[in-house]
Amino acid sequence: MSMTEAALNPVDPGYPPGRHPDLPPPSMTVGPVGWLRKNLFSSIGNTLLTVATLYLLWLVVPPVLDWAIFDANFGATSKAECVLPGACWAVVEVRFDQFMYGFYDAGQTWRVNLAGILLIVAVAPLLFDKVPYRRHLVWFSLVYPFIAFWLLVGGLGLEYEPTSKWGGLLVTIVSGVVGIGASLPIGILLALGRRSKLPVLRMACIGFIEFVRGVPLITILFMSSVMLPLFLPEGVTFDKFLRALIGVALFASAYMAEVVRGGLQAIPKGQYEAAMALGLGYWRAMYLIILPQALRIVIPGIVNTFIGLFKDTTLLLIIGIFDLLGIARAAVSDANWLGLHTETYVFVGLIFFICCFGMSRYSLYLEKKLRVGHRR
Amino acid sequence: MAVEAAPAPGGRQSVWGDPRFRGLIFQGLFLVAVVVILSFIIQNTAQNLADAGIASGFGFLSQTAGYDVGWSLIPYSSRDTHARAFLVGLLNTLFVSGLGIVLATVMGFVVGVLRLSPNWLVNRVAYWFVEIVRNVPLLLQIFFWYALFLALPAARQSLDLGGNMFLSNRGLRVPAPVVEPVFWAIPAAFVIGIVATVLIRRWARRRQAATGQIFPTLPWGIGLIVGLPVVVALLTGLPWTWEVPVLRGFNYAGGVNIGPELVALLTALSVYTAAFIAENVRGGILSVSHGQTEAAHALGLTQGRTLRLVVIPQALRVIVPPLTSQYLNLTKNSSLGVAIGYPEVVATISGTTLNQTGQAVECVALAMAVYLTISLLISAFMNWYNQHIALVER
Repeated sequence: MSMTEAALNPVDPGYPPGRHPDLPPPSMTVGPVGWLRKNLFSSIGNTLLTVATLYLLWLVVPPVLDWAIFDANFGATSKAECVLPGACWAVVEVRFDQFMYGFYDAGQTWRVNLAGILLIVAVAPLLFDKVPYRRHLVWFSLVYPFIAFWLLVGGLGLEYEPTSKWGGLLVTIVSGVVGIGASLPIGILLALGRRSKLPVLRMACIGFIEFVRGVPLITILFMSSVMLPLFLPEGVTFDKFLRALIGVALFASAYMAEVVRGGLQAIPKGQYEAAMALGLGYWRAMYLIILPQALRIVIPGIVNTFIGLFKDTTLLLIIGIFDLLGIARAAVSDANWLGLHTETYVFVGLIFFICCFGMSRYSLYLEKKLRVGHRR
Repeated sequence: MAVEAAPAPGGRQSVWGDPRFRGLIFQGLFLVAVVVILSFIIQNTAQNLADAGIASGFGFLSQTAGYDVGWSLIPYSSRDTHARAFLVGLLNTLFVSGLGIVLATVMGFVVGVLRLSPNWLVNRVAYWFVEIVRNVPLLLQIFFWYALFLALPAARQSLDLGGNMFLSNRGLRVPAPVVEPVFWAIPAAFVIGIVATVLIRRWARRRQAATGQIFPTLPWGIGLIVGLPVVVALLTGLPWTWEVPVLRGFNYAGGVNIGPELVALLTALSVYTAAFIAENVRGGILSVSHGQTEAAHALGLTQGRTLRLVVIPQALRVIVPPLTSQYLNLTKNSSLGVAIGYPEVVATISGTTLNQTGQAVECVALAMAVYLTISLLISAFMNWYNQHIALVER
């Protein structure tokens, strides 16, 4: 008998006790079979649950895939060309530019694309540690808003594109980015005010935060679109999109203030006292000691607020601004494309899902990274 | 603070060095600024309204509204006043929010528990349900459901759901109960059942504290609250009849029609909020450490009692605060009904009434006041409940 045969035969008495080489585990407990037994068929109840879920998936998934991919019409240019029983993606393909840019001049859309690419360059060093030349790129992030404003609106050699022509993903992203960019500083000030020792200031901040958080965004948008013009002296008018942006920013800053307040409360009192002991004034203590720590804790909360804000920008369509969903609504009410609701909404939903899911993944990644930072 | 930089005159310790004094000055300036800005706004608004010939004040509420609303819980016609239209909107908001909260809670708890299932498949399906629903804007989901309902067959070709309910693009038509006078006995029995259960529970607690004997309150409570009305209904000979919808011409007559706007809004609101609640529930259950379950088993508590007395009370303490904000969100989100023409409070008062009277300030303020009141009430109730279940520490 050879050595290998002896190793495979457990009853072979050729080994001294305790010297038998390790045997592979039983095949039913490892590998795919073991995984299936453990995770799907561990008990009778579990097996029934698995079968029921599989049946449910069988009912739902194949028809949806057939509709969206296998029986779908790609490359058609009108509704009449959609002959297959599945989805008619032509509505999205033909109007793709509108979904992205709204009614922006077709010859000028390169400006939007450029602003979009630069946005990635400007935001990347803020989001990730390991971006090359991070220290220099942060300076670019600071000037980016001005560059983007010039690129999108025009002037100084570029053709003027009024915001009434903007639409689609452009409006959605602009309002999201402006909303978050404005709400972060305002939110920090509100949170500091809410924890201030000055009663008048504190009451004003609490009043503002609780008021804004107590009413729906739509009423704030109504206020900014209908009431704001009344507040201004005669003859002074505002851009409609800008008014909406002010509403969105104020709304988001109240929520941001609460997120930041959570971070401020989490900083131990010793840090405040240490800053005071060093002779730092209020603003310096906040800027150098408290806020850097507090903001680091609440970054995931800030990202979550941003996800909410990004989804909430769809409400702009109610006051007549063509955001991504507004363009979709316009597309489905077009007589040439009647009845193609599902295709359009699925497409728009997919864009939102990719953006928001990506951001929530990023927030999870941050949470993990920050947890490591606290380990000693 | 700009005043902080002011130098101390003559090198002496001045009042500027006193933070309390600086605080007073700063707050004074802040108040003056607020008053100046407010008076500027008020003056401009008054001027603008006068120029446009728009009245101010709430006198418009007693004028005739002159518009119809699609769906109302109380009798309403276009000859009624704006105040009544406002009330219709308010009731519709409360109705859809109340129903939505119940549905979302039930759905959210189910999905949250499924999300924790050891069964991989169930777990994944629940996970993707939550992720997809959470990451798509609510307004889009409302449009999606609305489009789905409008794509249903016309009323004449309604889908027959069991012979009594009919689903078409005009909405869901369900039988309406027509009650006889003795019907009041059934709700009365229900109330008596609740009162009796509360009393029994009190008695059982006292007895357990005194003797250690456990009384099965839960089955008795369910028996009383559900059983008593059923018995009374049977004794009074089922005092109601169903008015079943019948097809007449192009549409069904009789029964109650639940419009597609309401169904779409309710579906979207409850599914969307359920996804958030599911995550809260999952977090809450995960927060109860396994040691608690093991300790309860070691004390000899049964599986059911472990859940009811040890795990759920501790999980609820984590679940309830975020649950409150989800309920508030749902109520505020019900305002999105305006986008599909569900006549809730924003649609009636800040929509049609505003367009007819032009009194933007009053109309928007009324809608805001409604939501602020609801928000304050819900958070007050939830704070009370939260204190009720909070950990009692030394």
